[in-house]
Amino acid sequence: MQDLGISVLFRGVNFQRLLLGLWVTLRIALITIGISIVLGLLFGIVMMSRSRAARSVCRVWLEIVRFMPQLVLLYLVYFGFARLFGWNLDGEASAVLVFSFWGTAEMGDLFRGALTSIPRHQRESAAALGLTRAQINRYILLPQTVRRLLPQVINLSTRIIKTTALVKMINVTEVLKVGQQIIGQFYREPSAAFWVYAAVFLLYFLICWPISLLAGSLERRYHE
Amino acid sequence: MEPILRVKEIYKGFDGNGVLQGVSLDIREGEVVVIIGPSGCGKSTLLRCINGLEKIDRGEIWLRDQRISDLGKDMYRVRQRIGMVFQSYDLFPHMKVMDNLLLGPVKALKKPREEVEAEAVEMLRRVGLADKAQALPRTLSGGQKQRVALVRAMLMHPELLLLDEITAALDPEMVSEVLNVVIDLAEQGMTMAIVTHEMRFAEAVADRVLFMEQGVIAEEGVPEEFFREPRTERARRFLQSFTYASARKRPRDPAGMPEDA
Repeated sequence: MQDLGISVLFRGVNFQRLLLGLWVTLRIALITIGISIVLGLLFGIVMMSRSRAARSVCRVWLEIVRFMPQLVLLYLVYFGFARLFGWNLDGEASAVLVFSFWGTAEMGDLFRGALTSIPRHQRESAAALGLTRAQINRYILLPQTVRRLLPQVINLSTRIIKTTALVKMINVTEVLKVGQQIIGQFYREPSAAFWVYAAVFLLYFLICWPISLLAGSLERRYHE
Repeated sequence: MEPILRVKEIYKGFDGNGVLQGVSLDIREGEVVVIIGPSGCGKSTLLRCINGLEKIDRGEIWLRDQRISDLGKDMYRVRQRIGMVFQSYDLFPHMKVMDNLLLGPVKALKKPREEVEAEAVEMLRRVGLADKAQALPRTLSGGQKQRVALVRAMLMHPELLLLDEITAALDPEMVSEVLNVVIDLAEQGMTMAIVTHEMRFAEAVADRVLFMEQGVIAEEGVPEEFFREPRTERARRFLQSFTYASARKRPRDPAGMPEDA
């Protein structure tokens, strides 16, 4: 009977459907990551600004995304904002909005951490060589910041990819949702659920594992 | 002879604490001045003020005929003429040893790379690190890092070299390999201001010793006199806290003495 279950994956266009769902997942994740990196850089800079008010806004923002489940934020935007403000956001746009709201704050905190983690004496010993401020930034601080940051940004990116599984709750047909649809259609195959979810698991794994390996190897390479 | 460096009555405070309270000091060409004193006496701050890492509150600092204590952004030009090595291993971790060495001369002084590289190879050889040019700093021991840091500072051909407790973070067995390099530099006529806790080294290398306490220079003199017959009670007490200083003055205590002060 087991054989029948796994064969569901390859019946008709089922596998292509899963891949298409995976593409939706990736599209949401990639757009989110892009936005989060750009806005996160600004967020990080604002977090280090002298303005108390600006820093407080960032802190509150960061706290909200840290203790608010992403699913609640998704519902709030997708169902709540539509009613309240008459916004007609589709599921994917809502997802990008919510995940970017979250990713921006987390990326920003990473940027802030990396920028402040370069020891003071790195700047000072570069200054003692008679380098200008711009040269210090370019040759000493920026390269070290990027090295510290890259592994963490990659790790956060895999978290964002995984979290996109939630968007099926707001009617976006991504890979998990497609899997459930297939299981629904083949309810006569009791083991179909196992094989379909295993396939979804494998797809996530195949995306996130290489990325995570990359982060690990960068971390080792840059380890001081 | 005109001094290279003149420090005139400088004051520096942090959060209301007067760390430097009227320090004056001249350093002549080729002179090695060693500054000692208890922690927090202001000796490191003095060095940091000289090359502008700390802004002084009052007073003046002159390098030859230029007042350097209020240059602000243009201080980087003066720093090209004053070398400094710190206590913490301050090599740039993302660059190989050779790139660490080339950065200043090539980027700040705009010297041709080949010329500096040849010189760097020669200086690495002289400090016993000929084979480390392509190594990353993290693969070096603390003593090796500090020798590279010294070479890096020397490749700028500074008129004055400031050494801020460069062996304080080293394992004891590595201290001498670094200090021997400094003694070589002194013999070559390098003008230096050195902050250190290594009293035997201070005695060996110094032309003049300054004893600082509570933000002022409490005593100064040639090492032969200072270490044997300090004039002030404060300096005497400070020196007594170092095992070997007291070991010289009286016969070894049979019960044994504490390893370190």
